[in-house]
Amino acid sequence: MDIAVCVKQIPDPNTPGELDPTTHRLRREGVDAVLDPGDEFGIEAGLALAEAHGGEVRVVSMGPERSVEAIRKALAMGAAGGVLVADPALVGADALTTARVLAAAIRRGPFDLVITSTESTDGYTGVVPQAIAELLGIPAVTFARSVSFDGSTLTVRRQTENGTETVEAGLPCVLSVTAGVNAPRYPSLRGIMAARSKPLDRLSLNDLDVQLGEVDQEIVRVEPAPQRKGGEVVADDGTGAQRILELLRQAKVI
Amino acid sequence: MNDLVQPPAVSPGPPARGPTSVVADRTGPSPGRALARQNGRMAADRSQAPSRLDPADLYAVDSLLSEEERLIQGTVRDWVRRRFLPGVAGHFAAGTFPGELIPELASLGLLGMHLQGYGCAGSSALAYGVACEELEAGDSGLRSFVSVQGSLCMFPIRRFGSEEQRQRWLPEMAAGRVVGCFGLTEADAGSDPAAMRTRARRAGGDWIVSGSKMWISNGSIADLAVVWAQTDDGVRGFLVERGMPGFSARDVEGKLSLRASVTSELVLDEVRLPQASVLPEAHGLRAPLGCLDEARFGISWGVLGAARACYQAALEYAAGRHAFGRPIAAFQLTQARLAEMATRLVQGRLVAHRLGVLKDAGLARPVQVSLAKRANTRMALDIAREARAMLGANGITLEYPVARHMANLEAVLTYEGTEEVHTLVLGREVTGLSAFS
Repeated sequence: MDIAVCVKQIPDPNTPGELDPTTHRLRREGVDAVLDPGDEFGIEAGLALAEAHGGEVRVVSMGPERSVEAIRKALAMGAAGGVLVADPALVGADALTTARVLAAAIRRGPFDLVITSTESTDGYTGVVPQAIAELLGIPAVTFARSVSFDGSTLTVRRQTENGTETVEAGLPCVLSVTAGVNAPRYPSLRGIMAARSKPLDRLSLNDLDVQLGEVDQEIVRVEPAPQRKGGEVVADDGTGAQRILELLRQAKVI
Repeated sequence: MNDLVQPPAVSPGPPARGPTSVVADRTGPSPGRALARQNGRMAADRSQAPSRLDPADLYAVDSLLSEEERLIQGTVRDWVRRRFLPGVAGHFAAGTFPGELIPELASLGLLGMHLQGYGCAGSSALAYGVACEELEAGDSGLRSFVSVQGSLCMFPIRRFGSEEQRQRWLPEMAAGRVVGCFGLTEADAGSDPAAMRTRARRAGGDWIVSGSKMWISNGSIADLAVVWAQTDDGVRGFLVERGMPGFSARDVEGKLSLRASVTSELVLDEVRLPQASVLPEAHGLRAPLGCLDEARFGISWGVLGAARACYQAALEYAAGRHAFGRPIAAFQLTQARLAEMATRLVQGRLVAHRLGVLKDAGLARPVQVSLAKRANTRMALDIAREARAMLGANGITLEYPVARHMANLEAVLTYEGTEEVHTLVLGREVTGLSAFS
């Protein structure tokens, strides 16, 4: 099974993000860049499937040149090869452009399965996986909390707003995985040292069969998320337990 | 740098994790100014001049590392933060080593990582140093475990062992299935190992070894001990296996330092060993001293991690702790301390990095290792003590890493060559006169 895993390098989520007031983009200068922690779950899912059923994992990324570091980490974890699409014309690319570029890069090689995280940990648009599936003309199975494969059918337990549902899908398809679907492995030293000799293709837009089209999306304004309201304090006058029970019911967690 | 503690905000800044409601771009700025090449090594691509320097690396020494070394750094740092730090205070309090993590250390490839072949990763010395720094940012006991396994036990087998010994032990030790220890020091022979009383004598084709070794890290959990003993032909090294008749280990009680590490006494009571247990290429004290030189290299780097953890804890604490209506970071006395710590960290990092470059070039001399071990350990201990004081009463608890590191560093100051001995090594180098005796 040939698996393409989409990954992204993002500013270290452990450092507070800042917006550039003019471009409305996240500042990336002077901030450590890391492989999106959410992507590690996708890489692990791909590696586990490839180890169990044969085949290879190829990571695909779009981003500035330094994103090779994130790809290298995926290679160190065990991916067989990587593709980076880096092009000045892609600075500020929106979600649809991103999906077009990734889909075009994925299409350059064989694939039975495309794995992504549910959303990036910096942009949080959460629409790229489905867009890639649409562009590739294959189904999208999203928000996977667990994945199994019997050789022909993927069985996926999906996170939904109200719980989980189990769906099946044939290949090829796009699979987006949630954090917690597995425990991503650490790259081993041997893996890190082997990564340098694995193939890593650097592409520009000219190498891809992709139509970017018009500007699809424009950031008009950004504002901080509203402050969270303080929680409700339940003073226990003997009915506290009952009141908490009601609140939990309202929140639909029980 | 991904800090072990959250990055300090000396000026109060928004603590939010990041903006929301934003359609973020997938690509960042076009690559700009590339950092300098150093010693032929390509600096990591930092793309743009940092808007804010890393307080724990004001000279961006990290940017001298290769991409591969930075990946090792990030991996070990992340592992320590997620897997080791949550449990370390409990182990320190209980006086136990988290042996359950040994398989993880092995699968990361950290055991004997700088050795070639036999299941070892074969990394550069710099990469080994970087890993030691991250391990010791967790605890000196953790780094000690890895140092003893790799530099003091696997290294002599790799360097002085027979092919059979290498084949038999090294892959198992790299996989963490065999734990090693190193027996040189004795209760009455520390800085002067030539005074050792452990003796090995020939008995037919075998050897009989008698004596005892003291302050042996990993001693009671070790499956294999590299024991150094006097013979009629000078000091030789022996591979002594757990369970051999006459061989026993018992732990040192009442330690107030390196509590999350096993320290033992080894007792050898007429232990009979076959000739195949002798390290064939080790003749004289130079052999064990060479092992210590390997381990000291790791210490020179490791203590940077302990120092960094203390400094970062102090910086974060000073930013958040208020007295007289202001964060204590705003007071001149606090800033003087922090400035001194930051400066000495930079100096230590530069020394360690230069030593690593020399070692990878095959040029590192023992006296240079002595300089780095002595200077960096003293630096780390001073930083730990200052940090302890800055944290006030909180500084003496296990809730913060500082007192733990401070206590550990007292042992690190002494082991693998005391500060005094390394001073004399340096003195002899620069004067040509030995002050040892």
